[in-house]
Amino acid sequence: MSEKKEALFSKKNKKLLSDPLNLNNPVTIQVLGICSALAVTVQMDNAIVMSVAVLFVMVMGNLIVSLLRNLIPSKIKIIVQLVIVAALVIIVDQVLKAYVYDVSKSLSVFVGLIITNCIIMGRLEAYALGNKPWGSILDGVGNGLGYGLILVVVAFFKELFGSGKLLGFEIFGNSIEQTGLYSIGYEDNGLMLLPPSSLILVAIYIWIQKKRTPSLIDENAN
Amino acid sequence: MELLKLFIRAAFVDNMVFTFFFGMCSYLAVSKTVKTAFGLGLAVIFVLVVTVPVNYLLEMYVLKDGALAWMGPEYADIDLSFLSFIMFIAVIASIVQLVEMVVEKFSPSLYGALGIFLPLIAVNCAILGGSLFMQQKNFPTIGHATVYGLGSGFGWFIAIVLLAAIRERLKYANIPAPLRGVGMAFLITGLMGLAFLGFLGFNI
Repeated sequence: MSEKKEALFSKKNKKLLSDPLNLNNPVTIQVLGICSALAVTVQMDNAIVMSVAVLFVMVMGNLIVSLLRNLIPSKIKIIVQLVIVAALVIIVDQVLKAYVYDVSKSLSVFVGLIITNCIIMGRLEAYALGNKPWGSILDGVGNGLGYGLILVVVAFFKELFGSGKLLGFEIFGNSIEQTGLYSIGYEDNGLMLLPPSSLILVAIYIWIQKKRTPSLIDENAN
Repeated sequence: MELLKLFIRAAFVDNMVFTFFFGMCSYLAVSKTVKTAFGLGLAVIFVLVVTVPVNYLLEMYVLKDGALAWMGPEYADIDLSFLSFIMFIAVIASIVQLVEMVVEKFSPSLYGALGIFLPLIAVNCAILGGSLFMQQKNFPTIGHATVYGLGSGFGWFIAIVLLAAIRERLKYANIPAPLRGVGMAFLITGLMGLAFLGFLGFNI
């Protein structure tokens, strides 16, 4: 950000950006938006494209709802929000189909499911409906990044240990030609490619995160 | 026979929760006691059975490439498939609203059981996911679509009731403090998912 805009980043606004990355992470602490977070993490590039798509929908949705917040009748707010989000997702879907067709194919229905991603609806309800546009944008960016962070971390481990690659580059050597680590008997962990491993990875992430910040621990939960 | 296979596939092999992570948000939030899990599970089955066939008709007669041909030859080359997200979600939101009103009017006891969960369902990814997969799978008849909706709803129902039963028992377990609550629920779901992978071996 340029220096002119510095005043826009007051302490409160900085908190809006940084909180969702750790203390109030949408996936691990608020437990929102898990549906898509886990399903698209087999490869890093899918995870990155998905995070960017969610970030875009989130920021634009927050901005639009925040601008319209005094006009939306409270009785039909859910339907209004769904329509705004659905329109944004259609834009994302068409752009993905036009420019990164392969990724769009492998994300399949999960692009459409951004509409029902609870992070987006949750932030629209909890923040954008009651706050000014600039704060809503920051809130959108923060939560979008917090979501992306989990996606990329999970995808990093899944792709690295599942297929020995990162973003398609062979890190551990080639498993078919038995080069690199494979030549001394290393093998890919096939479990990492299967859906349940992302749940277990997120559980481990939550464990580490809460261990480091004990204030997050909920003693009475089960 | 074919329909039975479809049902079993949708409920166990392609289980909504363990294979696609659909509806995880409400899955984790509402699985603390078996009773509420049971109510939400029933509501999901109910809404899926209604919305999947309705969206199937919408897809076949309005949205699909060339689907408008029944209106006359000049409409035959219209492709409205890019509108499917917004149409599906609008149908789901309004059907959920409608179902809520009908149930409230005719069966207050069922409404008492499902009541609070019905509005939640409009934003449950399992419902929209069901419709989007229906669109991908190109079912030949509306019967297939209905059975698919029933099967995937049933799979979701089993998953949430199982998790709730396990979490009720966890009260007596000594879990490391940082893992309590959400962390443990994730871990259990992961392990249950591993168990459900066993169904992949069935040849149906």
